[in-house]
Amino acid sequence: MVEDNVNVAESRAVHKWLRKFDLKTMGPAIALIILCIIGYSLNTAFLSDGNITNLLTRSAFIGIIAVGATFVITAGGIDLSVGSMAAVISGLMIMIMNNALETFGTGITTVLIGCGCSIILGVGAGWVNGFLTTKGKIEAFIVTLGTMGIYRSLVTYFADGGTLSLDFDLRDTYGPIYYGSFLGLPIPVWVFIAVSILGWILLNRTLFGRYCTAIGSNESVAKYSAINVDRIKTYTYIIQGLCVAMATIIYVPRLGSASASTGVLWELEAIAAVIIGGTVLKGGYGRIVGTILGALILTTIGNILNFTDLISNYLNGTMQGLIIIVAVWLQRADWKKGSNK
Amino acid sequence: MSVAEKTDAYILAAERVSKSFGEVAVLFSVSFELRKGEVHALIGENGAGKSTLMKILSGLHTATSGTIKLDGEEIVLPPYGQSESLGIVLIHQELNLAEQMTVEENIFLGREDTSKGFLNRKTMIAKVQEYLDILGLDISPNDRIRDLSIAQKQMVEIVKAMSRDARVLIMDEPTAVLTEAETELFFKQVERLKQSGVAIIFSSHKLSEVKKIADRVTIMRDGQWIATKKTEDLTLDAMAQLMVGRELSKLYPPKNEVDVDAEIVLEVKNLNADSIDNISFKLKKGEILGFSGLVGSGRTAVFEAICGLLRIESGEVYLNGKPSQFTSVAQARDAGLVYLTKDRKENGLLLTQKMQPNLTLLALPKFVKNMTIDKRAEKIAMARGVRRFDIRARDPNVIVGDMSGGNQQKLLLAKIMESNPKIVIIDEPTRGIDVGTKQQIYNFIAALAADGMSVVVISSEMPEIIGICHRVAVMYRGKITGVLNGTEINESEIVRYAAGLREIQQNG
Repeated sequence: MVEDNVNVAESRAVHKWLRKFDLKTMGPAIALIILCIIGYSLNTAFLSDGNITNLLTRSAFIGIIAVGATFVITAGGIDLSVGSMAAVISGLMIMIMNNALETFGTGITTVLIGCGCSIILGVGAGWVNGFLTTKGKIEAFIVTLGTMGIYRSLVTYFADGGTLSLDFDLRDTYGPIYYGSFLGLPIPVWVFIAVSILGWILLNRTLFGRYCTAIGSNESVAKYSAINVDRIKTYTYIIQGLCVAMATIIYVPRLGSASASTGVLWELEAIAAVIIGGTVLKGGYGRIVGTILGALILTTIGNILNFTDLISNYLNGTMQGLIIIVAVWLQRADWKKGSNK
Repeated sequence: MSVAEKTDAYILAAERVSKSFGEVAVLFSVSFELRKGEVHALIGENGAGKSTLMKILSGLHTATSGTIKLDGEEIVLPPYGQSESLGIVLIHQELNLAEQMTVEENIFLGREDTSKGFLNRKTMIAKVQEYLDILGLDISPNDRIRDLSIAQKQMVEIVKAMSRDARVLIMDEPTAVLTEAETELFFKQVERLKQSGVAIIFSSHKLSEVKKIADRVTIMRDGQWIATKKTEDLTLDAMAQLMVGRELSKLYPPKNEVDVDAEIVLEVKNLNADSIDNISFKLKKGEILGFSGLVGSGRTAVFEAICGLLRIESGEVYLNGKPSQFTSVAQARDAGLVYLTKDRKENGLLLTQKMQPNLTLLALPKFVKNMTIDKRAEKIAMARGVRRFDIRARDPNVIVGDMSGGNQQKLLLAKIMESNPKIVIIDEPTRGIDVGTKQQIYNFIAALAADGMSVVVISSEMPEIIGICHRVAVMYRGKITGVLNGTEINESEIVRYAAGLREIQQNG
C-alpha cells in the first residue's frame, strides 16, 4: 500500500513534468502570453488596470457561453443557435421587465423576475435543441441551424424591426450587474470565474463530465456501458442554454436594449474559443481551461487592434480567423516523436 | 536456406528487414520470399509482427534496415499505397471502401475512365461486370457498398485488386470476419487468382484454413522469423507450437462439473424480439453455457434483448426467480447481468482514451464519492484489473487503440467485471486474438464459473465452445434448435443443429 502511494506520487510528478512541456495543452496559454507581450510592446497602457478589467469583462460573455459549448462539443454535438438565443432571450427579458414594471415597480423584484425568466427561457431553448437531436434523431448541426434562424427572426419580430429598450428607470436598478464591481473586479468577471470553476469541476470531476467524454468518443460504446446517452446529450444542451441565459443577464444592462443585431456571430466566437482551447471538434476530449484561454485570446486580439494603428480595427475578424486556423493547425501537427499515426 | 540460387523464382522478397517505431523494435532481421503463383500464409500470435511485415512488403511502412526485392531487383517501394502501380496490392484488415458509393465507383476510384472530362460510365460498368462474372459473384456494379455483406465487400476489394492487374495480393486476416460459408467462397476466389498467376500473402489466426489453402507457411514470433515450411510438412499442432514456442498441451482448462441442484439464476421463457423466435433456456449458478450457431442466427440478439439493448416483443425473463425485463443496460448491470460485446472496437472500448476511463466506465457510479469521481479508487481498480487479467501495456497512459487485440480484450473483460456481475455474457471471447491470450481467457472464464458466477459464451469457434462449456445451446435462424449435454457436445452434433438439419422440441 505504501509502495503504491509512492508509485502514484512518483508517476504524478513525472506526469506533471511531462505536461509542462506538452505544447498541445500549453499552446493556448503560450499564445495568450505572446499576445500580451505584443500588446504591451505596442502600447504600455495595454497592461493597465483599466484595460485588463475591460478585457476580462468583455471576455465574460463569450467565455460563459463557450463554457457551455465545451460540454456540447465534448459530447460530440454542436450548437449554432447560441447567438440568436442570446438575442431572443435579451428581447423577451426586456419586454417582460418593462411589463412587470407596472405591477412591481422599478425595484429589485422586477429585475429578479427578468433574470428568472431568462434562466427558464435558456433552459427551455436548450432542452428543445437537445430533444430534437436525441429523440428526434436529427443532426445537431441541422437542428441548431434551424433554431438559430427561428430565434433570430423572432427577436426581429418582437422588436418590430427596430430596437427593444429597457425602461430607463429600471436601468439604475439593473445597471450594477454589468457596471458594478466587487473586490475590485467587475461583476461579469465574477460570474465568468464562477461559471468556469463550476464547469471545470463538472467536466473533470463528475460522472456527467466523464459520460460526456465517453459519448463524444464513441456513442455506441457509451450505450453498451450503461450510459443513458440521450439524457446526457440533452443535459449538455440545457447547460449550454443556461450559460447563454447567464451571459444574457449580464449583457442586457450593458446597453439596455436588444435588436436583430444582438449577439450576431457569437456562436462562431464561442465555438472558436472552444476549439482554440484544444477541445476536439468531433468530440471525446474537452478542456474548460483551454476554452477560457480561447475566449481571452479572441478578446485580446480585438483589444490589441484597438490600441494600435498598424492594422485596421475592421480586420479584427481576419485576425481572429487566422488565429483559429493556426491554433487548429498547431493541434493537428504531431509534436511528440515516436508516434506513427 | 538455399535461397540464393533461386532468387529469380521469387516475385517479392524481404531480406533481413528490421523495423522500429521510435525506440520500440517490432521486427528483427526478418527474411521472407514469395514465389510466383503461390499462396503464402503468415502466422503468429498478435504482436508477432505479421501486419508490420505486410505493410513493409506493400510500401506502407519503410523498413528501418534491410532490403526489399521485386523480381530479384532491389527496390524502394513508394509510400501511400502507390506500389499498386507495381502490381502490389494490400487489402487492409479494416476494408477501405467508400460506403456510400457503388461497386463500380469504388473499383475505379482514383483512375476513372474519362473522355473529354466526362465519365465513361458504361465502359466502366461493363468492365466491372466482366470481373464479377469471372469470379462468379452475385452482385451488381450498381450496388451500394453499404448494402453489401462483409464478405461481399471483401470480394469487391479483390475485384479492385484484379482490376489493377495485381501480381502480388497481400491480405491481413481476410477471413477474421467471415462465416464458414463465406470463407469457402472466398477461398474459391483465392484459388482462381492463384491459377491466373497472382501470388498471395495472407495472415490468419485460423490454422485449419491455413492448412487448407496455403502452399507455404511462414511462422513468426515476437518480431522474428521462426520458420518457412511447405504446408504439407506441418500439422496443425506443429503450427500452433511454432507460433507459441511452447507446448500447447492444454488449451482448455479442466471443466468443473456444475452442482446438479445448483439454483437457476436466469430463466428465459418464449422470448420474442426482432430476428429471434420463441427462445427458452435456463442458466444455473456456476455454469458455462455455450451458444453456438452460424453468424446471424440470432445469438447476439437474444442477449441484447435480455440486457436491455434490444426491445423485447413478448416473453418472460426471470432473474433468480424474479421476473425482470430490462429497458436499459444500467438496469441489467444493477441486477448483476452484464454483456461483453463481440465488437470491442465499435461497442466495447473508447479507442481514443486511456485504459483507466475505459476500465471504470460501466461501473462508474460505484466510483462516485461526494458527487465527484474518486480518482484514487479508480487507480486502485486499474492496478487490480491489470494484475487480475494480466493486461500488458507498455505504460499505463497508453491510448487503448494502440494496444494489441489481446490486451484490449483483457481490458474489456476487466471493465465488465468491475461491475461485480453475477451473470456474464461473453460474445466471441477470443475473436482476433492470439493462441496464448486465448488460453488465458479460457482460464479466466473457468475461474469465474468456479467462483460461482454464471457465464454464457457465444462463439462461432466450435472448438472453444466444446472446450469450455458445460452445456451448449445451438441456434438456427432465430430459434434454439437444440441444447447439448456432456458427450453430445461434439462438432458433428453441433453442426447438425446449427444447419437446421435437426431440431428438438425443448421447454427450457
